[in-house]
Amino acid sequence: MSPFPPILPLAVDGLGFAAGGRPLLADIDFALEAGPATFILGPNGAGKSLLLRLCHGLLAPTAGTVRWTGAGAAHAALRQAMVFQRPVMLRRSVIANVEYALSLRKLPRRQRAELAQDVLQRTGLWPLAGAPARVLSGGEQQRLALARAWATRPQVLFLDEPTSSLDPAATRAIEDIIRAIETSGTKIVMTSHDLGQARRLAGEVLFLHRGRLLEQASASAFFAMPQTTEARAFLAGELLW
Amino acid sequence: MSDMSAAFSAALSLILGVDAGLAEIVLLSLRVSLTALVIAAGLGLPLGAALALFRFPGRGAVIVVVNSMMGLPPVVVGLVVYLILSRSGPLGVLGLLFSPAAMIFAQVVLIVPIVTALTRQTIEDLWREYHEQLRSLGVRPAGAIGTLLWDGRFSLITALLAGFGRASAEVGAVMIVGGNIDHVTRVMTTTIALEVSKGDLPLALGLGIVLMLLSIAINAGATLLRRVAARHGEALA
Repeated sequence: MSPFPPILPLAVDGLGFAAGGRPLLADIDFALEAGPATFILGPNGAGKSLLLRLCHGLLAPTAGTVRWTGAGAAHAALRQAMVFQRPVMLRRSVIANVEYALSLRKLPRRQRAELAQDVLQRTGLWPLAGAPARVLSGGEQQRLALARAWATRPQVLFLDEPTSSLDPAATRAIEDIIRAIETSGTKIVMTSHDLGQARRLAGEVLFLHRGRLLEQASASAFFAMPQTTEARAFLAGELLW
Repeated sequence: MSDMSAAFSAALSLILGVDAGLAEIVLLSLRVSLTALVIAAGLGLPLGAALALFRFPGRGAVIVVVNSMMGLPPVVVGLVVYLILSRSGPLGVLGLLFSPAAMIFAQVVLIVPIVTALTRQTIEDLWREYHEQLRSLGVRPAGAIGTLLWDGRFSLITALLAGFGRASAEVGAVMIVGGNIDHVTRVMTTTIALEVSKGDLPLALGLGIVLMLLSIAINAGATLLRRVAARHGEALA
């Protein structure tokens, strides 16, 4: 658990985002609470990654607001992390990638080394600690991206399709790590186009379609009884556009 | 033909015997160009990084100017630096004209654009790849400069080698502002020009060989660096 006051809940009100005059997201209202993992589902182009970036603060909304409303909201930027679809590896060793993230949190050097060793052991990367990060395999790089994010003990971790280019074994390793991070007290918010993965990991689902939020429901309710025809078609594997 | 081979063997004996006159000239050349390189790195690396990271009005024009200054004709640089340092020029009071300092000044002017332009390109490519991740980690553009310079180190060292190569091989600018004064401002390139016109081929050839070796060493170094970078997966895409 994070020793800092919580930044959650996240309040998203009337959120919209347009690029080049084209509306990509519109009228999105929801709240994210502490608790089980929230999955943002929807067909390609629905705006899932965009919504994740807006929540994380990488993009500024063109309409509406994204606000952290917990007691620790003032330091929200330092208490959250994101892992991208294609992991961005710094041109340094595996352990230096983790320690870099920790150095930005102004942790003393010794504590950095301890925390880095801890997450690398938990993610199975400790034997590779001294290797250059960019020669790792795709699955190992994504594990390192997760380790780097985890090391900073985020209260909220955003994951953008973290397993989309990985084989089943690597995907499994990533899912195990995500579960472990969740168990350590971090709120997981993630996009995926893998429905099996959503069934395995999601506690709550936000269903996006064409830039609009059509459903927010517990995962069990969403998968058992989707409320909209779009969600029913999506779950049935029909082609949506 | 026998003149040529005689000159060549005389040149080799100058090099192998570490002739005092030749060594003096080589050392002055290295001192001038290495000092110019250090100063140019101090100016060009942060300047190039800033140009890559910050958006401001006229940025595009600045980049075009810096890029085109990479090919500045050395004699023109020599002329301009001469005018600046001459008695009636803005820096005339310093009395630097016809000194090694003047030559360093001219070489800095020559290679700052090279270092700046190559740094700008390297850092901009890296930033494109890194910026979401770094911003996610809480790094602001100004705070990213150190990270990007370090992560671009292989490409940047290559840029510095390119700058050093240009500085040490250039003749026009140092000839004008240095004056090619024996024992004071005579460097490899200017000595070669002078000795050839005087007909003293061994010294000219000897210096020419040293210059060539230097150039080969620089390029070998750059190639080696690229290999190391590739092995670490750290070359820029």
